[in-house]
Amino acid sequence: MASAPDLSQLNWVTTRVDAALGWARKFSIFQYPFVTACCGMEYMATATSHYDMDRFGAGFPRFSPRQADVLFVVGTISQKMAPVLRRVYDQMAEPKWVVAFGVCTCTGGFYDDYTTVLGIDTIMPVDVYIPGCPPRPENVLDGLMKLQDKIAQGAGTTLAAGLSVRPPELQVPHRPDAHL
Amino acid sequence: MPALAHTVQAKFASQLIATQRYREQETAVIHREGLLPIARWLKSDAAMSFDFLMDISAVDYLKFGRTLSSAPTLKTPSPLPYYMTPKPTAETWQRGVSNDDYRFDVVYHLFSSRHAHRLRLRIPLTSADPVVDSLTGIWASANWYEREIWDMFGIRFTGHPNLRRILLYEEFQGHPLRKDYPINKRQPILKTPANAANSP
Ligand code: SF4
Repeated sequence: MASAPDLSQLNWVTTRVDAALGWARKFSIFQYPFVTACCGMEYMATATSHYDMDRFGAGFPRFSPRQADVLFVVGTISQKMAPVLRRVYDQMAEPKWVVAFGVCTCTGGFYDDYTTVLGIDTIMPVDVYIPGCPPRPENVLDGLMKLQDKIAQGAGTTLAAGLSVRPPELQVPHRPDAHL
Repeated sequence: MPALAHTVQAKFASQLIATQRYREQETAVIHREGLLPIARWLKSDAAMSFDFLMDISAVDYLKFGRTLSSAPTLKTPSPLPYYMTPKPTAETWQRGVSNDDYRFDVVYHLFSSRHAHRLRLRIPLTSADPVVDSLTGIWASANWYEREIWDMFGIRFTGHPNLRRILLYEEFQGHPLRKDYPINKRQPILKTPANAANSP
């Protein structure tokens, strides 16, 4: 006579499946490079043979958001570009992750003006920030490995619906008299 | 060879405000009424034949020479580095008109590929009536430059076939390169709770 399944055993099986999925996903990153500015040169240096992103399983850019897991936002994002970027993000299928590549995408960088978005985390969730203007390829690979760790753990802020909100100490207040 | 700007002066004396020559670069400061006849003549005259309108830009002199920013406010090393030392007076720049009466300048750069010479035209405009004739009928390259100047400075070009914003979006209020536009006033199209905190 068959005994009832042991639930604790089942839990153990599902955790192992998650771990296996995470392990598989972290080495098969299909990235969507959203390249708008000078950081793109450093992205290309990282992606091509000298630094070879393919070693990390992230060698294959997809130029359709439907087929991509990781959105690489590379370069300055202007206010006019923001709705486009957000639409690309919304079109990607879950699970998905976002990498802010370069200080322009992290905080707006040195652009404090009428045209630049002050960090893409004001318009969408971000998983990994890679600062630098532009970041060196080693720095990018470091960020990529951090992302892999995050993927392996099954974590991803983008899985939770809604926008991330910057912590208060990172918010930049508008200064109407800054030009005087 | 007589200076180009002086040739313009001899022919269009009533339209001319000033001529300038600085390091072999010649400038004619003219009234806006004279722009179309002078431009037509510069293009068609055999000795001029300016067939290439290289560039149009504009300048806003609202705070020129008046704000603290023209005096060094930072603590600077002594002696001053070369780029902060005052220029000799002979080289200080004369605009030709007063900044109080004329807020804007529209600047045209012309080049002749036949004679390989260049000429700059400047047209002072008042802040109450920043309007000048469009050159699209003479040089087609004026089209996008004039749209950009409309976008950034709010200077209108009469006779332009399609005077719309070229870089910014239609919802944008104001003209960001005017000196009275707040330097970091943002007008996001995509509004979110996070960027609302950063927008006025
Ligand atoms: S972070 Fe620096 S290098 Fe990268 S896009 Fe911005 S300005 Fe260019």
